[in-house]
Order: sequence, then C-alpha cells, then structure tokens
Amino acid sequence: MPVIPINYYIFLSLALFTIGIVGVLTRRNAIIIFMCIELMLNAVNVLLVAFSKMHHVAAFATDRATTVGTEAQLFVFFIMVVAAAEVTVGLAIIVMLYRNIHSVDINFLNRLKH
Amino acid sequence: MHINEILFWFLTALALFSAMMVVFSKNPVHSVLWLIMVFMAITGHYIIMNAQFLAIVNMIVYAGAIMVLFLFVIMFMNLNAESEPQKSKWMKFAAVLSGGSLMLILIAALKDNDGFISSMRGEGSIGLIKNLGKVLFTDYVVPFEISSILFLSAMVGAVVLGKKESSTIVS
Repeated sequence: MPVIPINYYIFLSLALFTIGIVGVLTRRNAIIIFMCIELMLNAVNVLLVAFSKMHHVAAFATDRATTVGTEAQLFVFFIMVVAAAEVTVGLAIIVMLYRNIHSVDINFLNRLKH
Repeated sequence: MHINEILFWFLTALALFSAMMVVFSKNPVHSVLWLIMVFMAITGHYIIMNAQFLAIVNMIVYAGAIMVLFLFVIMFMNLNAESEPQKSKWMKFAAVLSGGSLMLILIAALKDNDGFISSMRGEGSIGLIKNLGKVLFTDYVVPFEISSILFLSAMVGAVVLGKKESSTIVS
C-alpha cells in the first residue's frame, strides 16, 4: 500500500504559495500579478484536498461507508466559484485600466493616491 | 516505488517547474501557457487523491475557461511584446528573500505532523459527483444560492466596467 506523508503535500503547497508571492512582488505586469494570485489560490486548494483525503483515510480504517472529508472538497468547489467571479471582475478592471492609461504596468497606477 | 509515488514526484516536479516558469518568463503568453501546465499537474494531484469531480472542474473551469480569458485579454491588449520594464535587481533580491523566509517559517511551523495519505481498495467514492452533489444540495444549498448571486453581480460588474463611459464618448 503506497503511503505518502501529508508533509509532502504541505511542502508542495507552501512552495507553490511562495512562488506566487515572489511573483507578485517581483513582476510589474498587472496580468502576471493576477495569475500569481490564481497560483496561490490553487496552492490552498491542493492543501484542502490533501487534508480531506488524510481525514478520510483515517476514518475509513474503522468505518467502510464513511463520507468524512466531503466538506473540504465542497470548500474547494466554492473557492473555485469565487475565483471565477474574481477573475471576471479583475480582468474587466485591467481592461478598463488599459483603455485609460494604455499600459498594465502597476507603477503607473500610483495616481490612485492623488 | 509504487506508481502513486512515482506520479506524485513527477507531478510535483512539473508543478514547481511550471510555476517558476510562470514567474520568470518574459512573455505574458508563455506565462499563461505555463500556468495551464501548473493546473494540469494539480489536476493530476487531485486524481491521485481521489477527488475526481474537482479534477474535472479544475481542468474545465481553470485550465479551460479562466486561462482562455487571460489569454484573450493579453492578445486583446497586444501585450506579447517583450518590452516590459523590470524592477531593479535589489527589489527582486528582496522579494525572493522575503518569500524564502516566509516559506522557511511556515515549514518550521508545520513540519511536525504524522498524517499520511494512502489509497486502499474500495475507498475513493467521496470525490464522485453522487456524494458531492447530495451534500451540496442538502447541507450547502444556501451557500450555493448565494454563489449564484455572486456570479450575477460579478457579471453585471464586468459589463458595467467594460462598457465605455458616456462622458468619454461625449468629450
């Protein structure tokens, strides 16, 4: 029986999340920053599914008909729903921005301060 | 090594490499394509973990719909010129340093646990649509309806934002 420690999934998720953060901090293109936010959301999704599976494996040893772990997968589903709505509005904002200042460089956005 | 472990390591390496390429490619179109590779690898992880419905939804919604939306916007803006101004070397160094220290601290905080994931025979039906749909439409029906309102408002918001303002047309 193949056994994968939950630590491996935690480390994978942390690495993906950190790569997303580094992308947000290093890039200046607003669309790339937006994609890095999607990457971070997906890292969290992987972790939720991994914990759901771990919980289910532990409960399955005693009860063969258990449905423990369903809630985490539904949470992931709702995160995907919210991410889809977020992408719609965010890309609309970026398109509007590009129409006004003809660039998606976030350094030109500091006029929001004034 | 069992096939599951081989698949785990292969998909992990693919996901991490593609995620790096998302951040470091100069061309935004290449970034989008690498991000689709990340989502494919994550879909493979979902299948290993018996989350079949989420795997399909991840493939269709993320890799299919959302990434095509990104690609469409990038091509619409004609951004595939590689002339994006870069941040300075020191800013990049500081960003990588801070991201690395965050990962170090999170790993140090979370490394002490002994849970595990295995796949036994007869297990793995909780990720199917039958089980998830039953729970979604009984216990979670109110969040489901609220998310439909969220979608409606997002759609209206996108249309309002995307519409040309009448004042700019007049002037």
